Amino acid sequence: MSATPEPYVGPTSSSPVTHHILSVLVENKAGVLARIAGLFARRGFNIYSLAVAPAEGHARFSRITIVVDAETTPLEQIVGQLDKLVNVVAITDLAPRDAVERELLLATVSYESETRTAVLDAVASAGASIVDVDAGAVTIMLAGTPAACDQFERRLESFASVELHRTGRVALSRLGSQKN
Amino acid sequence: MELTGAQALIKSLEQQGVDVMFGLPGGAILPVYDPLIDSTIRHILVRHEQGAGHMAEGYALATGRPGVAMVTSGPGATNIVTPIANAHMDSTPLVVITGQVASGSIGTDAFQECDITGITSGITKHNFLVSSASELPRIIAAAFHLATTGRPGPVLVDVPKDIAQSKMEWWWPSTIEELDLPGYRPNVAIDEDAVARAAALIASAERPVLYVGGGTLKSRASAELLAFAERTGIPVVTTLMARGAFPDSHPQHLGMPGMHGFYTAVTAMQRSDLLISLGARFDDRVTGRLDGFAPDAKIIHVDIDKAEINKVRRADVALIGDVREILTALDAATATPTSLDAWWRQLRAWQEEFPLTYDEPTTDGPLRPQSVIEAIARQAAPGTIVASGVGQHQMWAAQHWKYEEPGTWINSGGAGTMGFGVPAAIGAKVGRPDRTVWTIDGDGCFQMTAQELVTARAEGIPIKVAILNNAYLGMVRQWQEMFYDERYSEVYLSPDLPDYVKWAEAMGCVGLRATSHQDVDRVIAEANSVHDVPVVIDFRTDASEKVFPMVPSGATNDDIVVHPRQRGGNA
Repeated sequence: MSATPEPYVGPTSSSPVTHHILSVLVENKAGVLARIAGLFARRGFNIYSLAVAPAEGHARFSRITIVVDAETTPLEQIVGQLDKLVNVVAITDLAPRDAVERELLLATVSYESETRTAVLDAVASAGASIVDVDAGAVTIMLAGTPAACDQFERRLESFASVELHRTGRVALSRLGSQKN
Repeated sequence: MELTGAQALIKSLEQQGVDVMFGLPGGAILPVYDPLIDSTIRHILVRHEQGAGHMAEGYALATGRPGVAMVTSGPGATNIVTPIANAHMDSTPLVVITGQVASGSIGTDAFQECDITGITSGITKHNFLVSSASELPRIIAAAFHLATTGRPGPVLVDVPKDIAQSKMEWWWPSTIEELDLPGYRPNVAIDEDAVARAAALIASAERPVLYVGGGTLKSRASAELLAFAERTGIPVVTTLMARGAFPDSHPQHLGMPGMHGFYTAVTAMQRSDLLISLGARFDDRVTGRLDGFAPDAKIIHVDIDKAEINKVRRADVALIGDVREILTALDAATATPTSLDAWWRQLRAWQEEFPLTYDEPTTDGPLRPQSVIEAIARQAAPGTIVASGVGQHQMWAAQHWKYEEPGTWINSGGAGTMGFGVPAAIGAKVGRPDRTVWTIDGDGCFQMTAQELVTARAEGIPIKVAILNNAYLGMVRQWQEMFYDERYSEVYLSPDLPDYVKWAEAMGCVGLRATSHQDVDRVIAEANSVHDVPVVIDFRTDASEKVFPMVPSGATNDDIVVHPRQRGGNA
């Protein structure tokens, strides 16, 4: 484990300054995601991204990481309404400053023989990796901060044909930061 | 003991102490109606599922116990969506059981299938789709726990037909933990620091008002409210949802605030320097234009639902918890404003200048709706329960009847559901058979749900219905008169079509009519002499009569419009 503490990089295009990350522990029951999505829709709360996965070691719970717009609706109201959903067990509010955020980016990039090197350079310099190869195309994976993903996405835009998919971020509170 | 899911469901309801339920059977819920025959639970067979839902609401509002309704899948379920939405808006405890197509058919567009848990997810406190018969006792117990604790509300349980028919080994959850609700924590400890800060605000207030909402009734805090109000001398207003939480006859009661509130209640809130909100939610019908609402008031916001805090108006002190417990804690802090003499002098001057008023009835013209309500009230037994629909008649009933105790005013507040009155009154009468129950209804509302008078007659539920028949959708007419240049669009209903007396008689009820002022007392006395069947009175009222005071939509409460006679040169 050689990771050094990462600096807080401030707002980026996919993480505007008003965003907040809610890490929501929910019961793993049918329809829970629909209840949360429905709540956001009917209350007019905006979601930037949403990621769902089984929670650490539990079959019973899932963790939903929601990046919300805390400018159009006060965070207190979003948390208060979410907390009323009976299937929501716990909500951790992570201010970007207090969170370690990561996102996964997958991109398939086509190349000609003269651009092949540029693609490989981009992969190498971003610390991305190649996960699939075909004649004239590669699929690249980058796991990084939202800012790194933004930067990599912009860099890939210079190539001919790009099919790109991002997961939305997951987050945990930064070690040593004050919890809410 | 091996039971079918259907038997377990009925047995679970009995375990919960359910004595009555309202419903209408159909294909998917058929298995559950069989063990009902052998149950101690009384079932009221309605004529439309909406009626079942509103009856359950009326029962809950009159008794404080959860109302229970049961209907079939598909259209049976969608017909009860309106009462569920209504109960959600007014935080009324309801448990609604719906039949569902067999589990294997869900998602195939089967006959009478609809996704009722999806449809109601935004208008229930929670809902369940039952996936095995063995979990029915837990789910029913959880449904009642959710419906009645914290901020109450409707809970729906959707039961697929095959699950009702399958076998289970009977059990009953003995602890809250067994309900398996890891995310539900309705009880919060009282924040003593916040109590102290609230006490400090109360001690320094010069123009405080106790802003009493429906949550005060839900938490059964009337006695604590009376004690607190009398000890501190602070004036009280009761919202539409809280009528009866504080006696109207009490000298500290300023009446109802809001769009059609009493002048002094509205203006006291506007000029207040401290609003103590007790289970109220700063609804737009109370605040008027929000940026002009009570500009000088600090806010102590007491609510069991923390999402209400700062939702509409920022609170200076938030007290999250049960109104009754917090009132007790506040009272124990013994904070009292130094002197409210100047405030009371001002309040009494407003009451003197702008009392609730209306034009005196004429001897030959159509009836004044307000005087009809007052005439019914004069002849009413103490403790009479009043239900209403939604519209002008509802506002007049909220203004002109004197509510002295909790559970005597049954209406649809947040949702504004026309047609609520008749079925809600039936539910109230079932819950409180010892009380006289009057419905103050409008002709538009009556036509929406009047078929339930057949239910009332068949089941021996003798309610009384006063139709204030002005031949119009009166509140819409009032707005078109005042704000749309008297251009009346689709609001005329006719006083004679239907013939309400014949309609009442066709439904097995006594039908009466009053057309002139001289008829009113006699006809009411006649209605009061009927004890075995429902009575309907067709009161022919003046269509031009409007509800005053009125805060026009979009205006601040400073721009309250009083009765024309009270508008002086400076109005």
